[in-house]
Amino acid sequence: MCGIAGLIHRGKSSNVGEELQSMLQALKHRGPDSTGYALYAKNDGQNFIMRFKVGENVGEGSTSVNEDVSVYDERKKLVDKNLSDLGATIVKEEKLTPYSYRYEIKYDKDLMEFSKKIESVDMVEILSIGKSLELIKDLGDAKTVCERYNLDKVQGTHGIGHARMATESGVDIKSAHPFWGYPFADVAVVHNGQLTNYWNNRRALENKGMRFMSECDSELIAVFLAEKMRNGATLEEGMKESLTGLDGVFTYFVATKDSLGMAKDTMAAKPLVLYESDDLVAMGSEEIAIRSILPEEITTYDPFDGEVKVWQI
Amino acid sequence: MANLKTSEKKTKAQSMGMHTEVLTGKTQQKFFNPDEAENYYYWGTYDVDFNKRTDLDVKDMDCKEANKKIDELMSEGYGTIVIKNPQGKHSLGVGILNKLNLIFEGSLGYFGVGSIDGPLVRVNGRVGWSCAENMMAGKVVIEKNAGSCFGAAIRGGDLICKGSVGARTGIDQKGGSIIVGGDAGAFTGFMMQRGRIVILGDVGINLGDSMYDGTIFVGGKIGSFGSDAIEAPMTKNDIDWLNRKLKVAEIGENFDVSKMTKIVAGKKLWNYDALEPTEKKGAI
Repeated sequence: MCGIAGLIHRGKSSNVGEELQSMLQALKHRGPDSTGYALYAKNDGQNFIMRFKVGENVGEGSTSVNEDVSVYDERKKLVDKNLSDLGATIVKEEKLTPYSYRYEIKYDKDLMEFSKKIESVDMVEILSIGKSLELIKDLGDAKTVCERYNLDKVQGTHGIGHARMATESGVDIKSAHPFWGYPFADVAVVHNGQLTNYWNNRRALENKGMRFMSECDSELIAVFLAEKMRNGATLEEGMKESLTGLDGVFTYFVATKDSLGMAKDTMAAKPLVLYESDDLVAMGSEEIAIRSILPEEITTYDPFDGEVKVWQI
Repeated sequence: MANLKTSEKKTKAQSMGMHTEVLTGKTQQKFFNPDEAENYYYWGTYDVDFNKRTDLDVKDMDCKEANKKIDELMSEGYGTIVIKNPQGKHSLGVGILNKLNLIFEGSLGYFGVGSIDGPLVRVNGRVGWSCAENMMAGKVVIEKNAGSCFGAAIRGGDLICKGSVGARTGIDQKGGSIIVGGDAGAFTGFMMQRGRIVILGDVGINLGDSMYDGTIFVGGKIGSFGSDAIEAPMTKNDIDWLNRKLKVAEIGENFDVSKMTKIVAGKKLWNYDALEPTEKKGAI
């Protein structure tokens, strides 16, 4: 089933980490397997923030294979070496869990080559790269993941999140949402639904040099949009093309450094409730997600079939 | 006992587009007996006084607790219950088979006031997917917008939304009326079997797709017609009925109903009437 939530403050920053946590926790019943956040934080914008994992969470409910933790350190060392080879400088590094890291790095060259080099290390996956994007995903509900990564203090303008019920692929971090829009900085996607032309599209996109890290159908949306943008389309144009290019049922959100968008399939088969005011847009699979941050009476609505909307901060 | 097989009834139903509407059987006779319908009580329901009013704050209750509390209040004779802080919770006010004046001061989530028979409901907010699903009788008024599957499979009563509604409004509708002041999404009236849908605004694609019977009236633009849906001429009966219904629904004041588009089923299905009992609660 899965639940998605998103919000954007227009003209100001807010405690988006805590707000998104409340919205996703309200949707816990839609997906208890994993939770993910893409938060657009108030960073200085000087350096890239790279979040990556060197292994999987093999805790309760995981479908991943257990590994000796010592391999994580080996992989991390190889990542550091590759960064050095690429000419990138690590400004700050944080070990968040035994299997995931957050680096601030100085780098000014091509991100696709960069990503390929880093991910050439076995089992290493870049969860996100950006100057404001902080993409965190792990097993457990919204509160558990929020506490594990100290997200409740994150200040920012907007964010999207996902509570996942695994139906198409494993219970692991690589299949969890959001998906980074590789190789674009600061692009992330969350999705509720099923895509039925996943393999056809995946093969075509891989032939064009795009990369897939999981077998989760939702990853296709991020890659599909990234490929459109790589060929010069705007985000909104890419999203409109997705209404016919993607087959199946979907409601998805996509966020960039300064915008938040939503798209709904032409059969309107997946739910979405939307609240829109001059200074805030909040949306989610169910109204209770919005009510968790706006308990007062407000006017909300369901976007119609085939609708695409994009808001700027 | 009303004679349901008069040629006059048939002609009227046919003139309103319901060309397969043949009202027969005990269930129909029960429904059309005004005394019997008015005094019909389910087992376990309560004699309530509309002038006896109370508030119920459900902020810290789950839907089960809230619905149980509504039942308890009815058992104490309260006929007007005002629900405070529903805050988008799902399945509130479901299964009420009682006369009751139920007011929600706020919005509901999914399946709000589903499977009801008899209450008058007003929602001073929005409703989520599948509001009033399987409603048998009563009146439900939504002051703001509604989600998809609004009035799914209703069998009777008036379901009114003053704002806009999502996709598949009136899906599998078997009777009653759905009246919408704003726009409606795709697949409105999908597999509709009887009853009427009135949309004053625009509707999305595939209107009336696979409808068996019933009538849809649209005031605005139509995205596209679904399979089996065709346009039919408006009659005086339609105009009278629409004017009366809009007045009861308190929407569309001064709306020129004569300019609405009327949509009916263009295909008669084999043996449909013999197989499916019509829109009345006695059939359940």
